[in-house]
Amino acid sequence: MAGIWLIPVLPLASALLLILSTGRMPRQLAALLGAGSVGLAALCVALLARDFLADGEVRQVTLWTWMAVGEFTPRIAFYIDGLTVVMMSVITGVGFLIHLYSIEFMWDDESICRYFAYMNLFVGAMLLLVMADNLLLLYLGWEGVGLCSYLLVGFWYRDPANGRAARKAFIVTRVGDTAMALGLLLLFTELGTLEIQPLLAAADSQWQVGDSLPILATALLLGGAVGKSAQLPLHTWLPDAMAGPTPVSALIHAATMVTAGVYLIARTFGLFLLAPPTQEAVAWIGLCTLLLAAFAALAQQDIKRILAYSTISQIGYMFLALGVGAFASGIFHLVTHAFFKALLFLAAGAIIHCLHHEHNIFRMGGLRTRLPVVFWSFLIGSAALAALPFTSGFYSKDAILLSAWELPGSGPWLWAGGLLGALLTGIYSFRLVFVVFFGPAHTEPDHQPGWKMAAPLVLLGALSLLGGLLVLPLTGIFPPRDHPDASHVIEYISIGTPLLGLLLAYLLFLGRQLPVDALVSSPSGRGLRDFWLAGWRVDQLYDALWVRPYDALAYWWRNEPVDRVYNGVVSISQWAHNRLSALQTGQLRWYATTMVFGLVLLVAIMLRNAA
Amino acid sequence: MSMLVLILILLAGGLVAWQAERLHPDLPRWAALGVVVIALLFLLYSLPAAPVSLAADPLAGHWLLHLKLAWIPRFGIALELAMDGLSLVLVVLTLLLGLVAIASSWSEIDFKPGLFQANLLWTLAGVCGVFLALDLFLFFLFWEVMLIPMYLLIAIWGHENKSYAAMKFFIFTQASGLLMLLAIVVLAWQGLAADGRLSFSYFDLLGLELDPRLAWWTMLGFFLAFAVKLPAFPFHTWLPDAHTQAPTAGSVLLAGILLKTGAYGLLRFCIPLFPEASMQFAPVAMGLGVAGVIYGAVLAFAQSDFKRLVAYSSVSHMGFVLLGLYAWNQLALQGAVMQMVAHGVSTAALFMLAGALQHRLHTRDMGRMGGLWHQAPRMGACAMFFAVASLGLPGLGNFVAEFLVLLGLFAVQPWLAAVAALGLVTAAIYSLWMLQQAFQGAPDEWREMADFDAREMLAMAVMMVALLWLGLYPQPVLDLAQPVIESLQGLAPGANTVLALATDAAGSRS
Amino acid sequence: MGGLQIPMEHVLALAGLLFSCGLMGLMLRRNIIFMLMSLEVMLNAAALAFVAAGAKWGQADGQIIFLLILSVAAAEVAVGLGLVLQIQRRFRTLDMDQARRLRG
Repeated sequence: MAGIWLIPVLPLASALLLILSTGRMPRQLAALLGAGSVGLAALCVALLARDFLADGEVRQVTLWTWMAVGEFTPRIAFYIDGLTVVMMSVITGVGFLIHLYSIEFMWDDESICRYFAYMNLFVGAMLLLVMADNLLLLYLGWEGVGLCSYLLVGFWYRDPANGRAARKAFIVTRVGDTAMALGLLLLFTELGTLEIQPLLAAADSQWQVGDSLPILATALLLGGAVGKSAQLPLHTWLPDAMAGPTPVSALIHAATMVTAGVYLIARTFGLFLLAPPTQEAVAWIGLCTLLLAAFAALAQQDIKRILAYSTISQIGYMFLALGVGAFASGIFHLVTHAFFKALLFLAAGAIIHCLHHEHNIFRMGGLRTRLPVVFWSFLIGSAALAALPFTSGFYSKDAILLSAWELPGSGPWLWAGGLLGALLTGIYSFRLVFVVFFGPAHTEPDHQPGWKMAAPLVLLGALSLLGGLLVLPLTGIFPPRDHPDASHVIEYISIGTPLLGLLLAYLLFLGRQLPVDALVSSPSGRGLRDFWLAGWRVDQLYDALWVRPYDALAYWWRNEPVDRVYNGVVSISQWAHNRLSALQTGQLRWYATTMVFGLVLLVAIMLRNAA
Repeated sequence: MSMLVLILILLAGGLVAWQAERLHPDLPRWAALGVVVIALLFLLYSLPAAPVSLAADPLAGHWLLHLKLAWIPRFGIALELAMDGLSLVLVVLTLLLGLVAIASSWSEIDFKPGLFQANLLWTLAGVCGVFLALDLFLFFLFWEVMLIPMYLLIAIWGHENKSYAAMKFFIFTQASGLLMLLAIVVLAWQGLAADGRLSFSYFDLLGLELDPRLAWWTMLGFFLAFAVKLPAFPFHTWLPDAHTQAPTAGSVLLAGILLKTGAYGLLRFCIPLFPEASMQFAPVAMGLGVAGVIYGAVLAFAQSDFKRLVAYSSVSHMGFVLLGLYAWNQLALQGAVMQMVAHGVSTAALFMLAGALQHRLHTRDMGRMGGLWHQAPRMGACAMFFAVASLGLPGLGNFVAEFLVLLGLFAVQPWLAAVAALGLVTAAIYSLWMLQQAFQGAPDEWREMADFDAREMLAMAVMMVALLWLGLYPQPVLDLAQPVIESLQGLAPGANTVLALATDAAGSRS
Repeated sequence: MGGLQIPMEHVLALAGLLFSCGLMGLMLRRNIIFMLMSLEVMLNAAALAFVAAGAKWGQADGQIIFLLILSVAAAEVAVGLGLVLQIQRRFRTLDMDQARRLRG
């Protein structure tokens, strides 16, 4: 396929058109342009994928040299291998479905034009991110998606809370991005290139496993990945980012952008293999994040925040996979997660849309019969999220847990942690299903979702169910792993754990067999719930650690302390001026007298010198 | 000859614009517009046809244009003007931002519009002279020429606290300029002692053997003058006041091009004339640069006045220029030049925006804005674009500049680069906070506000295209600046410390 | 001819006395008219010294300078009296301690 450059350019051009129309474009046209351009891009990706699957050749496209300063010659160029094709398919495929869904979801919004402009810009930037052949272009896409995330989280700008969430998202990820930028500086300074493939080759030849430089470089890259993928310790922005429209959460904060960190680590896995300590850190970060987020998800009441924490948790699994060296499993989980999490968000969006923007799950209930399409898709999504057998999530998560088990050393610990996470996932995902769709209804839906919303749900539902059967064209990209047959006990345990979670959720929230209310209302139970509801109070911690000190510093400095030095000079000269002007009495006789005495003094001195 | 004519066009154009006021109060702005357009066309016309990047090699004396006329031969003072790629870029930037300045003051000036446009044009003439002069005496003359009309612009057409701001601006620049004059005279006398011939020519004074102590102090005289203008960290306090109080066109010129004269001076005079002393001084200068980056960003966040915020962001961004210049390798120097251009454009646009807001709302206090996106979506989109440009979004010119500076700096001083990179985070904080306060939040439904009209959108669009171009294909600018930067690298004494580090890093790659 | 007929010292003492009188007048009087008159006295004291010195050494310079001083004094009186008139008109007084608008 020749016009590979068309793929990112299509959504970017559409975004440009939408921006240039400055909101005067009729909404039909805006919707057509917005969704159509992504659809076309998806079509191009499909053609590209067909070609790629046929010949398996890596494609490289150079558009132009971005800049050339000495040896620093990054190009605007694309590198398309199996990993890229997988990512591109997810971005444009899931992206198109979400765009289609958005048409109906955002139809009544006055700023639909702006919405599609941002969304298309996002798809373009995300495509650049995954297609980039060098880290600088990747960084361009990386920051570009960050900007779009900012713009879309704060899309409904009239509420200052949304603006706050948007700024938080941008600034927290920017902290990680800055670490990543430093990583790029280090890599270029040491290896002399930022092109990914030569870079990996150079690193392999120049560095030994366990050298300090690759450890430092990967740690800095990991900083960027952690920020973008909302992992500990930079995860705090994602739950707040739910302030944006729900399709945005589906596209950016579930399916694509937040998994960019996973992509980055997978893309530069050669560096991480040279730095075992960092790679182990990746696994532990993933594990801690997945547990922490799963506990937090248990206590949330806002449907989107539950899904947000579950996203953090699932990306934790991907990090765990990367950390134990199962790169392909991590990417596989990325893909299935994109399907089922987008599905869950879109279904949640449909509920919110039909229930007058209700977010609290305890004011929903009984929607099973009232919104059947949504119910079934949400059920499939939850089953995949909880990794019930034979759903897509099962295959990917199972592979990750197995790989963790096989890791020598800390492997069983990681496996046990992951298993606990799987149990928790089962509980919180079915808590959501039982509370929202069963029991008495608290709010009546006022309409059913139309076909533009239903069709993406059905398609994504099918993908979530059957996605486990996909074979990703990742062979030859990552180092092969031999799969010694794990004992069947391990297999059975990892199949059984989500079912146990389902059972517990049933007993707690539907069957009412277990006294959940008593548990929560006891003092320690309430304390724990509030603690988890506030996301382990990490926000408060950061507030005290960073935000308030920065505010205080700015407040302290606001009136320019440096100017005090110059004002001091001014004060001194003013003081001298006042003293000296006191001599200027305005009395003629005083002037005459001082003149006489001055003269006498002068003459005296001259005579003295002459003598 | 053409460079002299260029400056004369601007000077005479000022007189024309001034007198045009007698005929009709709208005439001066058309006259000024015409003069700048003519100057721009004349400049393009008079460029040699040869590929510019090849022709320019300052040390070999191969300048794009070179003019030397006797002026005061008794003291070795000549009318010596020369243009290489760097000067060309900066002069073009000056004229383009001159157009922007005229556009931004189009309907803002009611009091003596003729004199206003005249001062504007004279400032442009002075700045062009600074970018072209190669005789140190002439350079100083132009340095003063650009100062006085700018002082008048602030003092006459400024806002509520204008005389304070204008005076502060004048005293800071003048006091530091005096030090430079002193340094120039000392340098000329040293030249006399060495060659037996008094000369103020750049080429005669370049490569003068100086006593190290004397060179240090003389270098400091130049450095202070340029650091005040840049402005570098502890000498920046005139800038927020001057920017805030100046009329919109004044702020645009001040931020867009006057600050660049400081950077240009360092690049053209301070470092090449005193390479050893500058090398010794580099750690201090880089320290000041980092301090400026962080300090400016924190203070920008602390402001509630739109223009003051942008002014402090300039302090932060110009810190990167200082870092790039004294990191003294190809990448960092190119980054510094890029930053001069990109920051000129992005900040000029932000000041134009601030001026437009003040013109419409009669306030600069962001506490009294909010939700403006609702009333003025085009304005909001422009603000968004330039705010993200100033926070260094890749794909726009400022990112290229800052990344190159950091890349060059990292090879020399990795820790300093790490601290300077914090500027990326702090820039995001103040830029987004500015957007939030002015354009997001709940709109005031009773507020009537006109959005940008076609004239303002045109100016904005030009600057947006410029920034995108600089961000996606900066090569033409890089190529133009390349000869100067190579010659600067060659000047690094013995090429033993900084350069060696850089080449070590380069060598370890291959 | 024969130069100075009386001892030089006497003349100089007289000139010094006159000069001191004028100076004291200038410093102590408050009325501008008297201050101007004191100035005249001082000028004349100097002129006297010049004339005496010129006579003593038989040079014309002393007399030339005397003429100069005379004309200067005349000019000064003209300007001074003009100022006095203005002061009288502006301040309604000739007391110079009252007219102190230049006070810093």
